[in-house]
Amino acid sequence: MPTTAPPAHALTDVTASDSTLRRFLHGLPGVDAVGLEARAASLGTRSIKTTAKAYAIDLAISMVDLTTLEGADTPGKVRALGAKAVHPDPTDRTTPATAAVCVYPDMVAVAKEAVAGSGVKVASVATAFPAGRAALDVKLADVRDAVAAGADEIDMVIDRGAFLAGKYLKVYDEIVAVRETCGTNARLKVIFETGELSTYDNIRRASWLGMLAGADFIKTSTGKVAVNATPANTLLMLEAVRDFRARTGVQVGVKPAGGIRTSKDAVKFLVLVNETAGADWLDNHWFRFGASSLLNDLLMQRQKLATGRYSGPDYVTVD
Amino acid sequence: MSEKTEKTERLSVFKTYKLYVGGKFPRSESGRVYEVTDAKGNWLANAPLSSRKDARDAVVAARKAFGAWSGATAYNRGQVLYRVAEMLEGRREQFVREVAEAEGLSKSRAAAVVDAAVDRWVWYAGWTDKIAQVVGGANPVAGPFFNLSSPEPTGVVAVLAPQESSFLGLVSVLAPVIATGNTAVVVASEKSPLPALSLAEVLATSDVPGGVVNILSGRTAEIAAPLAAHQDVNAIDLAGADEALAKELEIAAADNLKRVLRPQAVDYSGTPGTDRLTAFLETKTVWHTTGALGAAGSSY
Repeated sequence: MPTTAPPAHALTDVTASDSTLRRFLHGLPGVDAVGLEARAASLGTRSIKTTAKAYAIDLAISMVDLTTLEGADTPGKVRALGAKAVHPDPTDRTTPATAAVCVYPDMVAVAKEAVAGSGVKVASVATAFPAGRAALDVKLADVRDAVAAGADEIDMVIDRGAFLAGKYLKVYDEIVAVRETCGTNARLKVIFETGELSTYDNIRRASWLGMLAGADFIKTSTGKVAVNATPANTLLMLEAVRDFRARTGVQVGVKPAGGIRTSKDAVKFLVLVNETAGADWLDNHWFRFGASSLLNDLLMQRQKLATGRYSGPDYVTVD
Repeated sequence: MSEKTEKTERLSVFKTYKLYVGGKFPRSESGRVYEVTDAKGNWLANAPLSSRKDARDAVVAARKAFGAWSGATAYNRGQVLYRVAEMLEGRREQFVREVAEAEGLSKSRAAAVVDAAVDRWVWYAGWTDKIAQVVGGANPVAGPFFNLSSPEPTGVVAVLAPQESSFLGLVSVLAPVIATGNTAVVVASEKSPLPALSLAEVLATSDVPGGVVNILSGRTAEIAAPLAAHQDVNAIDLAGADEALAKELEIAAADNLKRVLRPQAVDYSGTPGTDRLTAFLETKTVWHTTGALGAAGSSY
């Protein structure tokens, strides 16, 4: 590798053809699964108390992508969610707002209106979420709709079938096409559905593939399958964004989604971020939690810290 | 190989007393234990010294169990409570020994206490599907309505078990709470928690769903304070609190309008009555139209 060339150029050839891409992805170092899980578990034992805990809880609240992705979503529910995102705890206005609300494309306009003027972003899933089993033009139309309705962020799913079949360039081209369709205003989150990728090696490959294709965020999962975000797969993706920045100078965000329900879990993820990617990622521009019930637990913990009494589900909203 | 059965010294198998939370038997989150002695001061066992986090976990478990337990039919709850009596009867010897040691009673006195405790479960098992007739019913109203009141369980009840009567007293305050569909977080007698911790083994094997009863041992004042202030606890029975502690806890409990049952002098060997059953009940009243009333006072 010529040392004079800008680092980013080192990776331009990689995506020239299916075979170069495959060679590159399969040339990534294999993942030591036992070591990875042990590392994730040991970082989960840090004791975060008192002022550090208060900081972590507020940071975590500000990183939540408050999500509702149900077939039964109504405009009323999305409006309620928007109101909650702006003022998570109406009894305590010092509570930070969440980062975004995350909805289906047809609810973007409603969500946009609900959070107008607050700084809370609207993220929309797209590309035939959650399966991603549709033709490319259908997926792109889905993205166009969401962007036209005002979505600030697009959460796309990759074609896991193509990825597992080894058609990496097809997955790559699709992400690039979606990236272009997003235009300059919307940030793109790429969902790998790690629970369907079978191995840690695949998660590492998918992470690099997504970042090469121009993802602004890499996201673990849709929340619709059995295994969602785990500390281990998030740690692996954090290592990937760290290495990617070291190699290309481009910073990419990470979003674990699904299965993070308690404040304790959220704080463990923040420890992973700080210890792996570094403090640069401890900001809701670079790290998010895709969650719905997590926010209530964070609020209850926040109330506990403020009042000294354990709070209960009667003191937060039912969503 | 078995020709000679030489009598060898067996290693003693001590029992590790543990908490009972959510149908499981964890140690205290704090890892602490304290020494429990018999009435004469001889060491009996180490019991877990629960922390406020154990109390928090117990409340979470009790809340989780509340939906299914309060939704179970009264008849079903009665069967489960009777099953507790059956299981307890089978372990009579163990409890007689434990109660005798804990309270310094003779074998026969302790046996009488355990028998009374078994009978107490049967008594409350019988009440589960009868209390609604006693405290609920149809109310006469001046209009074309049915007006029906029915008792509903209060929710999660923190129970400070009596300090002196470590077993019969415990059963006498616990059984009425769960008979009506509440779930309970019990703080066992501080001085003699072992019968209560052993009762957990009975409850775990008698179809009582996990989380309906959660038993903590330790310093009553330490565990009771966070329970009394807990926003997700709906009621507290202060039977095991002394006067000063009871006052403090009642103040803390006022914050979310908990139902509070103040400590009172009770002879646990007497007939229990229904007072403790009704202490943790709410009354739900529903109106239902009957349509126009005919001359006879009814439209049909």
